[in-house]
This record gives sequence, structure tokens and C-alpha cells, in this order.
Amino acid sequence: MENKVSEFKARLQQNTKAIAYPLIAILLSFIVGGIIVAAFGNDPIVAYTAMFKGSLGSWSNFGETLVSVTPLILTGLSVAFAFRCGLFNIGAEGQFIIGSVAAVWAGWAIKGIPALLHVLLVLLIGAAVGGIWGGVVGWLKAKVGSHEVINSIMMNYIAMYFSNYIVMNLLNEPDKAFSHAIADTAKLWRFAETITVFKGSRVHMGIVVALIVAVFAYYLLNKTVRGYEIRAVGFNPYAAEYGGINVPRNVVLAMFISGVFAGLAGAIMVTGIQFRVNNLFGFTGYGLDGIAVALVGNNHPIGVILSAFLFGVLQKGGPMMQLKGVPKEVVGIIQGIIILFVAVNFIKVMIERYSEKQKIKKGSVEGEGK
Amino acid sequence: MKLSTVIEMKGISKSFPGIKANDNINLSVEKGEIHVLLGENGAGKSTLMNILYGLYQPDEGQIYVKEKAIRISNPNIAITLGIGMVHQHFMLVQPFTVAENIVLGSEPKKGTSLDLDKAVKDVEELSKKYELKVDPNSLISDISVGMQQRVEILKTLYRGADILILDEPTAVLTPQEIEELGIILKSLVNQGKTIILITHKLKEVMAMSDRVTIIRRGKVIDTLHTKDTNIDELAEKMVGRKVNLQVEKSDKQAASPVLEVKGLKALDTRGLEAVKGVDFEVRGGEILGIAGVDGNGQTQLLQALTGLQKPTAGEVLLNGKEITALPPRDVIESGVGHIPEDRHKRGLVLNFSLAENAILGSHRNKNFRGRFGMNYPKIREHARRLIHDFDVRTPNENVEARSLSGGNQQKMIIAREVDRDPGLCIAAQPTRGLDVGAIEFVHKRLVELRDSGKAVLLVSLELDEIMSLSDRIAVMYDGKIVAIVDAKDATEKKLGILMAGGSLQDEK
Repeated sequence: MENKVSEFKARLQQNTKAIAYPLIAILLSFIVGGIIVAAFGNDPIVAYTAMFKGSLGSWSNFGETLVSVTPLILTGLSVAFAFRCGLFNIGAEGQFIIGSVAAVWAGWAIKGIPALLHVLLVLLIGAAVGGIWGGVVGWLKAKVGSHEVINSIMMNYIAMYFSNYIVMNLLNEPDKAFSHAIADTAKLWRFAETITVFKGSRVHMGIVVALIVAVFAYYLLNKTVRGYEIRAVGFNPYAAEYGGINVPRNVVLAMFISGVFAGLAGAIMVTGIQFRVNNLFGFTGYGLDGIAVALVGNNHPIGVILSAFLFGVLQKGGPMMQLKGVPKEVVGIIQGIIILFVAVNFIKVMIERYSEKQKIKKGSVEGEGK
Repeated sequence: MKLSTVIEMKGISKSFPGIKANDNINLSVEKGEIHVLLGENGAGKSTLMNILYGLYQPDEGQIYVKEKAIRISNPNIAITLGIGMVHQHFMLVQPFTVAENIVLGSEPKKGTSLDLDKAVKDVEELSKKYELKVDPNSLISDISVGMQQRVEILKTLYRGADILILDEPTAVLTPQEIEELGIILKSLVNQGKTIILITHKLKEVMAMSDRVTIIRRGKVIDTLHTKDTNIDELAEKMVGRKVNLQVEKSDKQAASPVLEVKGLKALDTRGLEAVKGVDFEVRGGEILGIAGVDGNGQTQLLQALTGLQKPTAGEVLLNGKEITALPPRDVIESGVGHIPEDRHKRGLVLNFSLAENAILGSHRNKNFRGRFGMNYPKIREHARRLIHDFDVRTPNENVEARSLSGGNQQKMIIAREVDRDPGLCIAAQPTRGLDVGAIEFVHKRLVELRDSGKAVLLVSLELDEIMSLSDRIAVMYDGKIVAIVDAKDATEKKLGILMAGGSLQDEK
């Protein structure tokens, strides 16, 4: 019993620390952002009030924020999951794009099946194609040893131009720069259809799916044999190999699962919001933002949910600041500062350095060798 | 000639949160001696030397260098006083040449640029003067660890050190290199240098030192003249209880072969043949020791046996069943325990908790599965039992493996591998970097395994370890097993000849 209590305490302490550092970093970046707003000659309080009101002030605003949050959770999970296997997946963007194209095809081409089945099928196909897109990168790494960062960046461009080709040819809506729309049976249920407070917002079932996937990712990583192996490979591939873990197979699998999450994000954007895919002139940004979301969320599925929410608030609330005369670029600046502070573990490093200095002043046991 | 005291540390105390690392320590070192600080890991030897080198400030006490009271508040002061320190982990720039490394920080200049010719000349002179042969122009990354250590010593000499502190200098060296180091130290002393050696290896104390100060739990236990003491006395003073350095082992009739290796060949990372056709067998109830100098193919042999690399030829049989070139998972599951030679690289996932490490390799075992996924309460319980049974010193099973001392990390690995009750246990360097108490423990466990009828394959660079544990000894040289002798007939001399590539016929 005593053991359990101390164990719980230790875990609590660990978790508080893991959450406290990014939280302080976020707070600090808001303060720095406020100073910048003031430097532009605006009132930071007014600006921030506008931002939070615009993103959280009403049910419909909140709903719209959730619309932004949904894909960010999934692309964030995508990056985070690969990272836990020691892989840096820059390719969530490409997996997102290819997942959305696959979803449009499935939503448009498949006809005459019940709505629920159709939606599920579309999401599954989008996820699977995204998974294959990521899996290729993992396979290249496992077989040939080529670096996943380079390959996944290249795969982003391939995805974008391939998607444009399909949108402008195979799935092209005549005389338009976008694809056919998906069938009504392939569309996700929107909250506003029955919950009246959400009227005016497009928030849809995707947010629920994203949350379930996050919990699933947490469970997969931390509670299953597969997750154990993936984490072992991520921390120390040599020890993993020694422990009878097939490293290449886990690398391919982790990249596949990572791609599944990003592909699902694309499919959800199609079935929940866009219903079609545009001819792209540049990246959508969802996959790239996923890198930032994962970083700020410390590559932990629950952390990813929280940081995706934060980014959603910033993205949705930013334009509201503009109405108060604050350049909306300030939001970009705040985002940048948050990433900077969190990514370099600024607060943690500062605190640790400080306490280390204190320790050295008092002396430290660490010099004692092994 | 009257000896003068060059270093005197009086009443040194130093506390860290939760531990008194140095407790009223008195140490005096005389000019021209080799003085060993002997103690187990964590006894406070390094702390004391870090105080002398100016890295830490003592809470209490006074330091006298050449009979003058002095406050050494940083290493620069120590260096100007002529104190030099060679750390356990070398601090060399790998892509630089030997000469560049030695002069680094106090380079000879021509105008504003480095005068490399003078640097090379200086290093050549220095190397001649102290009989420390090095090639000033070769790159650090190309020379052996023993050579790198010479460079580190030359570095301190270049800065004018006449008191040298060496922190565990032999930890990374092969037996030959250790012997060479002994000669180097003697010649440095003959040139008027004073040497303080930090170690926990008793044999080296006896071979290299003039006097020895034993430290245990932050206190000086005794200072002795080496010639007036012996290994057993030193061991007892160091550990605080009687230590059995001799492994107790009953005679035992070995059973049928468990492991059979036939004509095994394997390559090294450069693609050269490192194992050149090796035949041997290990029977149940015996320990087969593989002796040899580092780099004669032992690593590749182990990897080929355990599935970590594919052999290029030959076969491996376990209990008559072929396991050649199977992946590690199948090797583990057919009943092979493996204590790897590098515990940080292979043996542990340092970021995993002890509980997670306790099941590495058997993590697919049904016992650790719940209805959904892994059964963590059960895994933790398993880890607690291992921690208890193998006396791993840790606050609990949830801490990261990284936070444990080397000895306890090794105990955790041994616990995991032995507890799996393997038919064959491969133990590579099982006591590397461990102190006397832990070594005794590891040896006992290996002998227990043998006594219970298991086969044990021991690979070690420590000849003493091989000789005291093995029933039969195979000597490996240049990728081949040159001889297999009965441990009863083996002498250090015989094995030494074989390890160096000689043959016993020549001797006769």
C-alpha cells in the first residue's frame, strides 16, 4: 500500500514537471507577444481579449476553434508517434494531402451504401493511403537506410503534385480548379444539425474521432507489446535488437501508423469541412503545423491534444485581433515564440542550469564516476 | 634523500545533498611517489581529487601544495601549481592530430597563426624526454585507446604538470596497455614527477604503487606502504568486510554439449574476416572461458552466436538443434541468456524504467500480458522480485535505468538474463567497471548457474576472471581459437603466450 502511494506520488511529480515546463513557456511567450503588440502601439489586453473571445467567447466560436483543432490533433499525433520510434516524420503534410485525395475519390466514386458505412469507409481509405505514403518512407529507411527526413520532405512534394494531377484530371469538376464533391452519405455529422448552440459553426464528429485516436495512440504506445517495442527502438535501437526486437519492421510500422494518423486528418477535413480537394498552389500547412503541435505537446498523445487546442485558439482567434487593429501576424509571432521556447526546452534548460549552478556552488555528487 | 611532501590535504570535508562524500580526510603525497587512492565506486575518491584540481570547493579543510597553504578555486590555479589531471573519459578532439591536441589551449604561435611545426617539434621533444612514444602527426581517431591516454598524459606534461592525477586510468585499457602504462608511470616518477592514481583494482595497486590510501564511505581507512600489505588486506579494508577473492567452485562432471560451434566465420564492420573458422563446444555444467586480447574477434563471435550479426559460414547448434543465423528473438526464445559486453549500448534501454528493462527480451512472454496489452502491475512485481533477489540498489522499479550506478545496472542485466533460466548463458565482460563487492556477487551467480547444470560461455579480457571461473579455457587469437586447455593445467604464463599468438610447442 505504502509502495503504491509513493509510486503514485512519483508519477504525479513526473507528470506535473512534464506539463509545467511547456505551460510556463506558453505563458512567457504570451507575455513577450504582449510586449510586441504594445510595441506596435496597441493595447495587449484588448488584443488578447479579442483573441480569446473570438476563439472561445461563444459556442459557435468554440465550435469553429474545434474545427481547426481537429486536424492538428491528428497531424500532431502523426509526428509524435513517429518520434517515439526515433523517427522525424516531416511528411505528415504529404500524408495529409494524399489521404484527403483518397477520401475524395472514395466519397465520390462509391455510391449507394448507407451513410454511416460510407463515412467509415472513406475515413479508412484515407487513413490507409496516408499510412502507405508514410510506410514507404519507413521502408526506405529500413531497407536502404536513407534518411526519413529527406525522404518525407520529397514525399510531400510528390503528394502535392500528384494530388493536383488527380484533381485536375481524374476527379476534376469541369472548368473548376477543384475536384468533384463527395456524396452526402460520405459527409460527417455536424453538431449544429441537432445541437442548436453550435449553430453557425461547422464543428463535426471529426473532433470526437481525433480524441479517440489520441487515446488509442496513448494506449498503443504505453500499454501494448507493440508500443513497448516501438519505444525501445526509439530510445536505443541496439538494445532493442539485442532484446529480440525486429528494428526494421518496427520502423516501417511506426511510419505506417504515423501516416495513418495524418491520412485520417486529411480524410476528416474532406468529409467534415471541404467535401472536395482544391488544386493546391502550396502546402496546406496542417501537416507542417503538426510538427509544432507535437513538439509543444512533448510527443505525448495527451500533450498533443492540449497543444493542438492551443494552436487552434491562436489560429481562430488571430483574425479577431485584426479587427482591433492588431496585425494578425502577431499571432504568427506568438506561435513562433511558443515553439522556440518549448522546442529548445528553454525553461527547462534555464531552470536546470540554474539549479546545476547552485549545486556546483554547493558541490555535487556527480563527479564520483560510475 | 629526504622525501618532501608535495600535497597535503588536511581535514577535508565535503557534503552533497544527502551524502557526505568526504569526511575529514587527511592525505599526504610525497614527492616522487606513486600514490594510489583506493576505494569502491562512490567512496569519495574522485570528489577528493576534484577538490584538489579546483573543480569543487571543500566545506572544511585546508590544502597545502609544496608546503604552502593555498585555496584552489578553479582548475587554472591547479595547473599553475603544476597539478595535471587525466580524466577517465578522455577529452581529445578526434579529427585533430596528436600534436594539435597536446598544444590545444596553449598553442605556440607564429604571429597570429598556429605554429604547427613548432608544435610538432615540442611534442617530439616532450615525447623523447619522457619516453612516451607517440606520432605527433597521426589523427586521434586513428590511434588506439592506450595511445590516446599517452596523449592525455603528454597534454598535462606540456602544461608543466609535475603532479599528475589519473582517474581510473586502466578502465579502458587492455592487459598489455595496462602493463605499458605501469612502465610509463615508473619512468615519469624517475624523472621527478609525482603521481596520484585513482582506482578500485587491487592488482594494479600492488603492481604500480608505492603507497596506498584506502577510502571507504568518504573516510580514510588507512594509508599503507604497498610492500607491507597484500591484496586480501586491501580488499577487506576497501569493502569493509572479508571478501572472498577466490571463487569457490566444486568439481563437477560436465554433461553433454549444450552449445556446439563448428567452423564459424564472421566479418567485422569493415567487412574484414574477424572470426576465421572457430570450433568449440560448451557442455552443461561447465564454464568455458574465452581468453584473448581485445579485438581478436571476440565481439564478432558473440554477435554471430546471439544473432546480432549473420555469420558468413559455419553452424551453431543448441542442444543439437541448429540456431545458425537465426534472428536474436529466436535465439533468446530457444533458451540463450546473454549478458552483453556493452551494457549501455546493448544491455539496457537507459530511458526505460527498471521494470521495462527487466522484461527486455521476454516482453512477449504471456506472463506479462494482460487481457488488453501488457500487464504492468505484474511486470513491476516481477522487477521488484529481481531487484530484491539480486540486490539491485535503487529507490524503486520505476526509476530510469540511467539513474543507477554501473554496478547496479549490471546487476539488473544479470538478474534479467539469469532469471530467465537459460540453458546457455553467454556472459561477455560481466564485471567490467564493477568494484570488488559486485564482482564477487556476479561470479557467485555464474558459478551457481553452472552448478545447476547450465552451460556458461564466459568471454573476458581479465585473465584472472577467466582463470578463476572457467572449467576449460579457450584462447582466441586473430579470429581463431588457438588452443583449448583445462583450467587446472592453465597458468598465466601459458595463456599469455597463447594470447600473444605463440604456441606451447615453442616453449618446450
